[in-house]
Amino acid sequence: MNIVVCVKYVPDATADRQFESDNTVDRVGVDGLLSELDEYAVEQALQLKEKAGDDTEVTALCVGPEKAVDAVRKALQMGADKGIHVSDEAIAGSDYVATSLVLAKAIEKAGAEKPVDLVMCGMASTDASGSVIPAMLAERLDLPQVTFASVIESQGDQVRIKRDSDTATEVIGASMPLVLSVTDQTGEARYPSFKGIMAAKKKPMETWSLSDIGVEADQVGLSVAWSQVEETSARPPRTAGEIVTDEDGSGAEALTGFLASKKFI
Amino acid sequence: MSEVLVVVDHVDGAIRKPTFELLALAKRLGEPAAVVFGGSDVASAAAEKLTSFGAEKIYVIDDAEIKGYLVAPKAEALAQLVEKSSPAAVLLVSGYEGKEVAARLAIKTGSGLITDAVDVEEGGVTTQSVFAGNFTVKAKVTHGTPIITVKPNSTSPVEEAGAGTVEEFAVTISDSAKKAQIVAAQPRKASGRPELTEAAIVVSGGRGTGGDFAPIEGLADALGAAVGASRAAVDSGWMPHSFQVGQTGKTVSPQLYVANGISGAIQHRAGMQTSKTIVAVNKDEEAPIFELVDFGVVGDLKEVLPAATEKINQRKG
Repeated sequence: MNIVVCVKYVPDATADRQFESDNTVDRVGVDGLLSELDEYAVEQALQLKEKAGDDTEVTALCVGPEKAVDAVRKALQMGADKGIHVSDEAIAGSDYVATSLVLAKAIEKAGAEKPVDLVMCGMASTDASGSVIPAMLAERLDLPQVTFASVIESQGDQVRIKRDSDTATEVIGASMPLVLSVTDQTGEARYPSFKGIMAAKKKPMETWSLSDIGVEADQVGLSVAWSQVEETSARPPRTAGEIVTDEDGSGAEALTGFLASKKFI
Repeated sequence: MSEVLVVVDHVDGAIRKPTFELLALAKRLGEPAAVVFGGSDVASAAAEKLTSFGAEKIYVIDDAEIKGYLVAPKAEALAQLVEKSSPAAVLLVSGYEGKEVAARLAIKTGSGLITDAVDVEEGGVTTQSVFAGNFTVKAKVTHGTPIITVKPNSTSPVEEAGAGTVEEFAVTISDSAKKAQIVAAQPRKASGRPELTEAAIVVSGGRGTGGDFAPIEGLADALGAAVGASRAAVDSGWMPHSFQVGQTGKTVSPQLYVANGISGAIQHRAGMQTSKTIVAVNKDEEAPIFELVDFGVVGDLKEVLPAATEKINQRKG
């Protein structure tokens, strides 16, 4: 089996995330890392490989600036077999549509010799939280999507997942090749072991530019994005609320009083 | 005036509240035109309500060939409708399905996409709340048909009748759109409480409940609220994942959010920070949740909540 896991390099959610003056996300000035939600996709890819027990290969694919190679490296340390980093200055500021084009073209190239059976993604990135890239990849690659998996079962080329939507729990099935996105409900992602960290240094890693994957510079980037950000502004800090300490039932009294004053009761 | 397509979110003809919110937003951009996937029984059940909330037109797309498959056939059908009606925009509810239908539709129609809008103004400028609510972004689609997914509770439904002209729209679904099958579907059990993402009030519990959600549920019922849970409570197996509020669960934006025994980690804040009024009860006065609140009680939720519930029920008489 040939598995490609898409991994995103995102600004650390616990750091002070910022926008640049052109309203793009600051991806350089803020410490970044592999998006936590993509770790679950890497984990599930590795579990599928371990279950298959054959010559299944897991490739971690990342589109992003130079530093984004850290996300690929982390996936390699966890156990992915090889890494691909698509990096090109022209990509900066790309919207979902252009990003999905770059990823789709890179996946096509990754499958040039041995076709890709599974494209795996996290359920969302921790920065944009769009959750739309897996469906866009499926559309572009003309593949079925089995997305937002909380449980994955596979047998041969058949994949079945559990998907918890707002109103129902569904079982979705399709045959490979397909796009599979996973939620954090699939289970804890492993930490890289010392051995994994050492082994990762010797794993194959390729860096591709746009021309390597057959995408023109004027198809991507901020200036041609089909949605434009007009303005970003920091939310004014919440004015400090009233905090009371409960003593002998005073907390419940005060809480009820507050709710009544706001007409919630 | 151009039509604005509103993709109706319904379960067997029962329309979910966010659809009515979309109709209200659509009116700012053009003529609201609802799109219902379903058979004729579903369509007639839905048409009356859609009309009373402002739908000028109601497109009915028979879903016999659509309902057994995930997302792709709906996107294909909508692309055909977009082609025919050249709408000013397409609005969908920000949920798993709405976002993924929107994603495929954007690629199919060569259109820009904006997700998780919390407001849409005349002219199509959207507002998004990002980075766990710390930033507000205004954006606009500049290419193709603006495709916008909107979070529940972004506006109030407006009951003002439209013409409600029903038009059946025939679509052709390709075989390649029918590759991801819905093998089984188990509707979520009705709890008798409001649905989490739609609720005006949400009462949530976290690690501090120690696994006992009775005080949370008691207060929720006194306030007519939905029950939510933090990731810690879900990971501990105390509540099902469908109750989780936060980055990997539901995003809620109610009038009132009451966080109990929840420390307020960034992952949780991402799911509730845009709530209008925030209240917290927590034993730890250093809990970061208190940085967000309009009102907070430092105390044991097992004592504060039952006492408050009793007082509220007394007031209601």
